[in-house]
Amino acid sequence: MEVKALVISGNGTNCEMETAYACRYAGASTDIIHLSNILNGNSRISNYHFLNLAGGFLDGDDLGSAQVESIRLKYARIKGEGPTLLEEIINFINNGGLILGVCNGFQTLVKAGLLPGNPIGKRRVSITFNDSARFEDRWVRLAINRKSPCVFTKGLDQIELPVRHGEGKFVTDTQHTLKEILEGNLATAFYSDKEGSPTMAYPDNPNGSVGAIAGVCDVTGRIFGLMPHPEAYTHATNHPLWTRLSLPERGQGLAIFDNAVKFLKGIR
Amino acid sequence: MAHRVEVGLKPHLAKARGEKIKNQINRVLSAGREIKAIICLDIYNIDAEDIDDLWLREAFCDPVIQDIAIDRPLSKDFHWYIEIGYKPGVTDNIGHSATTALKLISGHTIDVYSAKAYLIKGTLNRYMAERIAYGFLGNTLIQSFRIFHPKEISGGITPYIPKVEYLSAQGGPTVEEISLEISDKELMELSKNRVLALNLEEMMAIQRYLRDPQVLDVRKQYSLGPKITDVEIEALAQTWSEHCKHKIFNAHITYEESGKKEEIVSLFKTYIQGSTNKIRKRKKRQDICVSVFTDNAGVIRFNKDYNLVFKVETHNSPSALDPYGGALTGIVGVNRDPFGTGLGAKLIFNTNVFCFASPFYNKRLPKRILHPRRIFEGVREGVEHGGNKSGIPTINGSIVFDEQYLGKPLVYCGTGGLMPATITGKASHTKEVKPGDLIVMSGGRIGKDGIHGATFSSEELHEESPTSAVQIGDPITQKRLTDFLLKARDLGLYRAITDNGAGGLSSSVGEMALLSNGCRIELDRPPLKYQGLSPWEILLSEAQERMTLAVPKGKIDRFLSLSCQMGVESTVIGAFSDTGFFHCTYKGKTVAYLSMNFLHEGLPRLKLRAKWEEKEIEDVTTPEPEDHNERLLEMLSRLNICSKEYVIRQYDHEVQGGSVIKPLVGKDRDGPSDAAIVRPILESMEGVVVSNGIVPRYSAIDTYHMTACALDEALRNYICVGGDPNHWACLDNFCWCDPIESEKTPDGPFKLAQLVRANKALSDYTTAFGCPCISGKDSMKNDYIIGETKISIPPTILFSVIGKIQDAKKAITMDIKHPGDMIYILGITKRELGGSEYLASHGMVGKTIPKVVAASAYKRYKLIYKAIQRGLIASAHDISDGGMVVSAAEMAFAGGFGLRIDLSLIPAEKGMNDTEILYSETPSRILISVEPKNKDRIEKIFGGDASCIGRSTKDKRFKVKGLGQKTLIDVDISILKKAWKSTLGF
Repeated sequence: MEVKALVISGNGTNCEMETAYACRYAGASTDIIHLSNILNGNSRISNYHFLNLAGGFLDGDDLGSAQVESIRLKYARIKGEGPTLLEEIINFINNGGLILGVCNGFQTLVKAGLLPGNPIGKRRVSITFNDSARFEDRWVRLAINRKSPCVFTKGLDQIELPVRHGEGKFVTDTQHTLKEILEGNLATAFYSDKEGSPTMAYPDNPNGSVGAIAGVCDVTGRIFGLMPHPEAYTHATNHPLWTRLSLPERGQGLAIFDNAVKFLKGIR
Repeated sequence: MAHRVEVGLKPHLAKARGEKIKNQINRVLSAGREIKAIICLDIYNIDAEDIDDLWLREAFCDPVIQDIAIDRPLSKDFHWYIEIGYKPGVTDNIGHSATTALKLISGHTIDVYSAKAYLIKGTLNRYMAERIAYGFLGNTLIQSFRIFHPKEISGGITPYIPKVEYLSAQGGPTVEEISLEISDKELMELSKNRVLALNLEEMMAIQRYLRDPQVLDVRKQYSLGPKITDVEIEALAQTWSEHCKHKIFNAHITYEESGKKEEIVSLFKTYIQGSTNKIRKRKKRQDICVSVFTDNAGVIRFNKDYNLVFKVETHNSPSALDPYGGALTGIVGVNRDPFGTGLGAKLIFNTNVFCFASPFYNKRLPKRILHPRRIFEGVREGVEHGGNKSGIPTINGSIVFDEQYLGKPLVYCGTGGLMPATITGKASHTKEVKPGDLIVMSGGRIGKDGIHGATFSSEELHEESPTSAVQIGDPITQKRLTDFLLKARDLGLYRAITDNGAGGLSSSVGEMALLSNGCRIELDRPPLKYQGLSPWEILLSEAQERMTLAVPKGKIDRFLSLSCQMGVESTVIGAFSDTGFFHCTYKGKTVAYLSMNFLHEGLPRLKLRAKWEEKEIEDVTTPEPEDHNERLLEMLSRLNICSKEYVIRQYDHEVQGGSVIKPLVGKDRDGPSDAAIVRPILESMEGVVVSNGIVPRYSAIDTYHMTACALDEALRNYICVGGDPNHWACLDNFCWCDPIESEKTPDGPFKLAQLVRANKALSDYTTAFGCPCISGKDSMKNDYIIGETKISIPPTILFSVIGKIQDAKKAITMDIKHPGDMIYILGITKRELGGSEYLASHGMVGKTIPKVVAASAYKRYKLIYKAIQRGLIASAHDISDGGMVVSAAEMAFAGGFGLRIDLSLIPAEKGMNDTEILYSETPSRILISVEPKNKDRIEKIFGGDASCIGRSTKDKRFKVKGLGQKTLIDVDISILKKAWKSTLGF
């Protein structure tokens, strides 16, 4: 069957093009749709299987990253009086869809209460200013939690990707939530040191995220949020050390998109 | 009653933000008076009476990380409270987003004014608190301050609502009519008082125009008399400004050198356009130029389906007054140049070069000058926000430090774009406007911001420099605009596009109207940010994030409906015509009626005098270091050599997914890359190569060789990563000190001669290298004059090179790749230390300026390209500031390997000593590392031009043997790297 991926653009989303490229490379037929086309009812999220919330600076990060977007999802109604965007997305999830939120997309997922998503719509975790109090572009090593139900990271142990954010520090409302996320293996990816162990040490952990958490999924493993950018590593030449190492031509970041497409093909 | 909301991070998360600011401030406060802590709060002032607290909580507070207090203080635990909001009318991006959020939640449009509050702990007196507020936290030009002691606000803080009050006289805005039948002296006073920046001859040309009986007849038909309206004179001043018309570059110059006189009619036509024409003719079918000098940016071929578009601008004057806003509008402003070229290009990279005085400057600052450290940090942050938020990678840049930039910093911002060669069947690089096409303004609204930017930047920075020229950009509004217009472009919904930059609508419509030969603008139609603007202000406002388009009548409905759907405001503000007149009306009445020909061709050509006198410069003996190890460490830590990682990391250099060569490379990803490569089309391995060259230090000796060296630096950087020397082009960007002879500038003829010589070099060397200039810019008044103090920048030229690498997989980086590789130097080392970083480190200039020998350099560059294409070179690094030893050290510590170098193996001019060989800055030299298995092939390609001077080693020692075979330098590479990284390791 054909896997159809959707990448939403508009209001400051920046990474739609390379995200769509990664989806296509992984075998999904992909559309980039401006949010206004969903709001006016011309395009429907439910026509797709794989929803991508890509990186960027929605509304300029002005009230905090993805804060305005989370309000938009909750209050803006399709065609003015239809369901809210959030209702549309929850519907999409209930029908078995996959969602990948990267960077600003991850921030959107947590602020809209879709991650960890228990209960759905309640904000229990957030992402705030880096401990360095500055935006940084640097590559990090991620250790993947093999016990995580996340469908996007199946078969992966370690992956190198760039972070590019000023607000990337993952925090929880309570210790209890953190425990629940760790024990439920919802923490999917950790910032790690050279040996592959999760670390709190800067710059391997670039932002001071609690539990060194770089990515989180929901209990079904079908909704995944990740601060580093898998769509920025689709070709060997993206890697900062490619002129020093011999790397496979296919960038490691593609594995995340491959897994999404494989999963969708497998269950239908 | 208005309301006031305070939001702060929860105490366990709040530290990072405050700590960063605290450390910056404490660094300059004397010991014992340090600040103990700072807490930062976000303040929202709500201009509405009835408001539900729940709306405010929902909009402004993330309950996981933040606390909120409505109409009460969040904390009382501080010694000083500093609140900084915007002055009325200044762009408040956070306020706008807050309004958006409240509208989504409540359905009501509620005005919100944002501010930042800083709760300061520490025993400071009011004077110190004020110094911190004005000196570190905000800018009095655009922001307003409230500083309180806790006792003063025990009853709470009133909301701050900086609404623009409707100030205009009764009956609304009026148009002033000005008689030009006044004395010469009065003409000049008029020019000065209105910031017209026009000289007497230009004022008199306007006076003559209004005496022409034919002109008067035509004016009568539109109820205009012999007086000029304020709309007209302001439009003329903008159109004729140095900024827009490049008067100096088009002047008639009488140039004198060693007794010989030469008449030059237009430096631009003679040298810049002249050399490009020559190169294009010579290259015939290999010519890559598509559109040069005619549009907002230059266009070259990328492949058969796509073209590249490139422009670099400066934003110096605004950045001097407000570094953050100046640089932010600099970058989002130059974005609109490729975006407004032809039918519009998708933006694929940014590149920035800054020139500052030392951030460690510790002398008294002249009036109105901000500390260089503040300028540095403000500019850095402005470019960070402008570039990162727009989703355009900042792939390359450089920073030059010199005390002569104290009066005006230079902020070069550049942007590249990619454009399909044809769009809906039409060549994308051309523009067409037909009479009857509608004039549409899309994007932001018009306010008083940026009025007189074009004329203001055509003057030196002086006591009365208008603060209205300073403004703040809004990258997200611009992003929405570019999202929309790229879609409209692909649907063929408009015929032409251009940006609103300097001169506002006056320039954008005025220039597009040349294509149809006339226009009529209805100045009451553009949407305003607030009421009370006069018609001339509407015409001139440089409010950001606006594009002007020509839309055929038949497509206007589709255009406007797509615009509305994508959240962009677009307004029809008139129509293009073929009347031959620039016509403006306001509420039905004509307020300007100028002949297009006079507007664009009526400017009298400047006549200037230039005289070159070789300065009597004393040659110096190169000082000998006591300890070569220490000397090298000092050189590596110098501002012009040291790592700029602090700045680079804060720029997103890989958004859009096509990053190939990043600005930081090597084993630990911190080595200094020579140039950048990105793949703009992810399906293809074709790469765009971008580099730059700038060496203002050499201007103290001769701008001719300075220019040649700047171009050569850009080209050798380009070559070092594998760029194709058959597919390159460049932008020239001149920043000069005023070269017009006057009372203020008695040495004008010499400065102009410096400009002439720079142009001669540009012509000679771009031609020799076959690298055409495709676009450029000049900023000619980079002086500061207040009271007795005059500070002029050194003549500065930036070359930005753009080109191609067919297969990005063949690109290389500068870091040593393996131990045991052979190190070669390409080119001969001469005793050329004049203007070098080494002599500068001793406070000397010297005389022996580096000179480019183009023929041998060009041959070398082509051979390097060939060798890289064949995979024979493991790494390449250019030799520039600090000479051979600095480049070699960078290659070693970036690669994580030691090096052994023997100076006696370096081909050098006779009589040079160790120190001179180490630090000479002879251009066109490149160091390469080669695996031993490729030795023979490399030596065959380069012949005698390549000399093996050492090897890389597994140990981490950097060792250099002198001519006498004694070890001069022996340092661990980690120590070298530390010296290189610590200077700006903020």
